[in-house]
Amino acid sequence: MPPTAFTPSIPSRPVYPGLVSRGATPALMLADAEGALALADLAASDPAVMDRAHLIYIPAGSDHGARLQALRPAQFHQAPSFATALPRLRKALADAHMGTVLYLAGTEGLIGQGLAEALAAGLPADAIQSEHRGSIARRMQCVHCKGVTEDVTTDPFTCSHCGLTLFVRDHYSRRLAAFQGVCVDAEAPGDIPETQEIRP
Amino acid sequence: MTIRFNDETFRDDYTFHNSPEAVRRFPFPFDHDSYMYSVNIEPHRRGQAGSVFQHRFDVDEHYIAEMRDREITLKDDPLRCQSLPHMELAGWDFLELVMTCKAEDYPDLFSLTRDGDRWHWINRPLGIDQRFTFLDATTLPCGPMEYITRQTQGDHALLDQREGNLWMDAGMITSQADWSLDFDIGMNFFEWHAPVPKAAEMGVFQRALKFLLNLQQGAPVRRLNWTMTVNPRLDTSPENYHKWGPEKRTLTPETVGAKQYLRVELQTLWRLPRSNAVAFPIRCYLCALEDIVTVPKWGRRLHRVLRDLPEELATYKGFSVNRPMIVDYLSKFDDGAPTSPGIFPDP
Ligand code: HEM
Repeated sequence: MPPTAFTPSIPSRPVYPGLVSRGATPALMLADAEGALALADLAASDPAVMDRAHLIYIPAGSDHGARLQALRPAQFHQAPSFATALPRLRKALADAHMGTVLYLAGTEGLIGQGLAEALAAGLPADAIQSEHRGSIARRMQCVHCKGVTEDVTTDPFTCSHCGLTLFVRDHYSRRLAAFQGVCVDAEAPGDIPETQEIRP
Repeated sequence: MTIRFNDETFRDDYTFHNSPEAVRRFPFPFDHDSYMYSVNIEPHRRGQAGSVFQHRFDVDEHYIAEMRDREITLKDDPLRCQSLPHMELAGWDFLELVMTCKAEDYPDLFSLTRDGDRWHWINRPLGIDQRFTFLDATTLPCGPMEYITRQTQGDHALLDQREGNLWMDAGMITSQADWSLDFDIGMNFFEWHAPVPKAAEMGVFQRALKFLLNLQQGAPVRRLNWTMTVNPRLDTSPENYHKWGPEKRTLTPETVGAKQYLRVELQTLWRLPRSNAVAFPIRCYLCALEDIVTVPKWGRRLHRVLRDLPEELATYKGFSVNRPMIVDYLSKFDDGAPTSPGIFPDP
């Protein structure tokens, strides 16, 4: 599965330029699902990138764990979810030395949350790289109840917290690592357009 | 000049109303018969006596009612007022700016006495008498930005300047034209403007930002922005869209003149002294179409502007569905006569 090609969008929507090795410097790597393949490609381009890498992987239904381990990162950890990876990620970010590079790979939800954590921990933006692979599902914040619904693949969708039917905007908050969902039938309750798959 | 404050509401029974004087001084935003986005920034010079530009922070007959409405909105949703931790100094800067301006411009309504950092503020319309220590937040009932913006008409954003950009890192936003502070806080100038159609391609935001980065203390600037709102509702937030949205579909040809409002934002920009932040008050004025058309020039012009507005802008501003009805109503007040330049009524 190659890097995702997104259609150009509005300026708040993030772009994911892809991973480029900075060599055998201290590195943190965070990937979910097909993001593993981006790290594999990175290691193939420069095996030394793994020499001082701490790699955290969230399979999310995929099974690339063994393949990643075979790349021989300095440290490897597999976590069942982003929430369970978070304490370890925060510790690693807090311990990070000057010059540590963060490689993020996988879904937008993972990249966005990893980025928000890293910036909050004081990592400079130019030390953070990202590559999108796999599902184009979006992490959506309901503007009404503020609840976040993960893995949204349709427009409109149902808010998993308040139950309103929301349409999927491209407006994106890096602080929240989420797109904005807004009630689709606010003006004419019950008048809900046909559900469509989200496109890249 | 004393102001008679209206007893009125901006929700439920919507008893908001403009006096004839308030209609005459309404900041009609169109200086010619068509509209497109532009870098419409000019010095915030003092205007004619009686106009909304006479004072630096205009106080009008809606002051008390607007502050009451803000209180209701904040009780319901405290996230309408947020300030990231590094913005407290900017909050003090803004409090100082508003208090000094209001005390100078409206001595009968507001007073500020300063003895070093021990300040005494009196706000007569709201019945507030507060002694506090400047730069010591424990001496106020809430943070400085929240304190002063609970007493100042309009929404307010405070922008931090760094990395050659402006960052919306604090704000009191309870009367917004459908955008969310809670979502936008922490964004830069290009990010929070991302949903606006056309303007980015026209280079409007690039040029506006460049100008604002060089904004000087003591030389505030202003611009007018506008949209259309059904009913005199201040809280047209996305948070509550599912509550006010249905009202947009209640217009009829009989009620459009009374229930459709032209909503104008007088936006000013101020460089703040200690924090180097930029303060961005967004003062909202509402005027029903039936009041607009009492000024013949405005009736003619508004008809032409709304009739010819590009569809993308009407959609973005959220009045596409009602545009035919609005234009039809206004057409009765447009005899085709030429209009004079500028925004002010003909003498
Ligand atoms: C620096 C302070 C400013 C802040 C905090 C601010 C904020 C905003 C926000 C939140 C929106 C709504 C975007 C949305 O749909 O979510 C907006 C709209 C807009 N802003 Fe600004 N803005 C600022 C300055 C300016 C300036 C200097 C210009 C000058 C050209 C400008 C031009 C516009 C335009 C054209 C729109 C679309 C409005 C409409 O059609 O109703 N803004 N602004």
